[in-house]
Amino acid sequence: MIEGRKGPPENGFRQLMMAAVDDEISPEERAELDAALAGDPKLRDEWEAFKRLREVTRTMTTREPPAEVWDSYWEGVYRRFERGLGWILVSLSAIVLITWGTWEWVQEILADTELPGFIRWAVLGLAAGLIVLFVSVARERWFARKSDPYKDLIR
Amino acid sequence: MLAQNVRSIALAPVGRIRVTSPDLPDRSLVLRAQEGEQAAFGELVGRYMQRAYYAALGLVGSPDDALDLSQEAFARAFKARATIDPERPFFPWLYQIIRRLCFNYTRDTSSRRKKLERVGSWLTDTTMGRGPDSPERALERAELRDQVAAAIEKLQPREREVLVLREFEGLRYREIAETVDIPIGTVMSRLYSARRSLARELVAAGVVESTESTGGEA
Repeated sequence: MIEGRKGPPENGFRQLMMAAVDDEISPEERAELDAALAGDPKLRDEWEAFKRLREVTRTMTTREPPAEVWDSYWEGVYRRFERGLGWILVSLSAIVLITWGTWEWVQEILADTELPGFIRWAVLGLAAGLIVLFVSVARERWFARKSDPYKDLIR
Repeated sequence: MLAQNVRSIALAPVGRIRVTSPDLPDRSLVLRAQEGEQAAFGELVGRYMQRAYYAALGLVGSPDDALDLSQEAFARAFKARATIDPERPFFPWLYQIIRRLCFNYTRDTSSRRKKLERVGSWLTDTTMGRGPDSPERALERAELRDQVAAAIEKLQPREREVLVLREFEGLRYREIAETVDIPIGTVMSRLYSARRSLARELVAAGVVESTESTGGEA
């Protein structure tokens, strides 16, 4: 017996045709479908088309990969763990090193009394601007990720 | 979490999966994987890699991409293992990751272009090579297979998904409903739409004999 049949009668017959094509129909439902087919030539044409289609696809299946694929499958998954972790470590380390390098460079520029004052102010402004931009983008991404109502939607 | 990942990856066995406890229920393996035991997760991979691969193959139609996407799904599943409910079946949970990756992949413009180049490569006819087919007959069947594959690739992703699970994975309606997480009525409605579109395509290609109703609005 088909669960979840609902909607208008033609919707029910569509579902009955699917269940019949896939051998998931009960004898009572089969009798109901046969009666509908006998009285509706259009439905019968459609039913015949579905049966022919089923005959075409019945002998087809997804292609098997070479056996070696299964032997090395875990290695592929493992490589992804490893590389994912590698990227996290590289990214974190790069952020730390770039921040430290920038800080050192800014300090050096500011300490250089031979440089004109406006250059030192520009460097200071550049560093402060980069920090503000970084924090702003990071905060925006963080809040968007937390509050996006469509984050679980399959797009 | 990062430290736990580092430890579990550093201690992980590389190479073939060693299935040490084939009778152990998924629940035990999930619980052990959640504690960071990567060998337990490896056993889950061993159990479900074929289903994952074929599910992805049906959705993207390319063996290489199916392998790539199914492995990526396992890697993401491992990262998100804390969210697995051990009391529920593992594969439907994994399947949600697979379908999301595959739908995103097929949406991509460049992957759609690649898809056109690989039509027919993912289906096989089980009757080919079994009997004494003439070369003409074998060619006809190969063409038919390619036309069916091409027609399936034109379906809407959600219709294609249900059709592939039913036709090529042999799942019952209830199993499809559980795997995709939709009601059985929706499974049948999507199957109906998929088959109607497929029939229309194959009629246009001259593979299936025309009927009045197939071409019209049903």
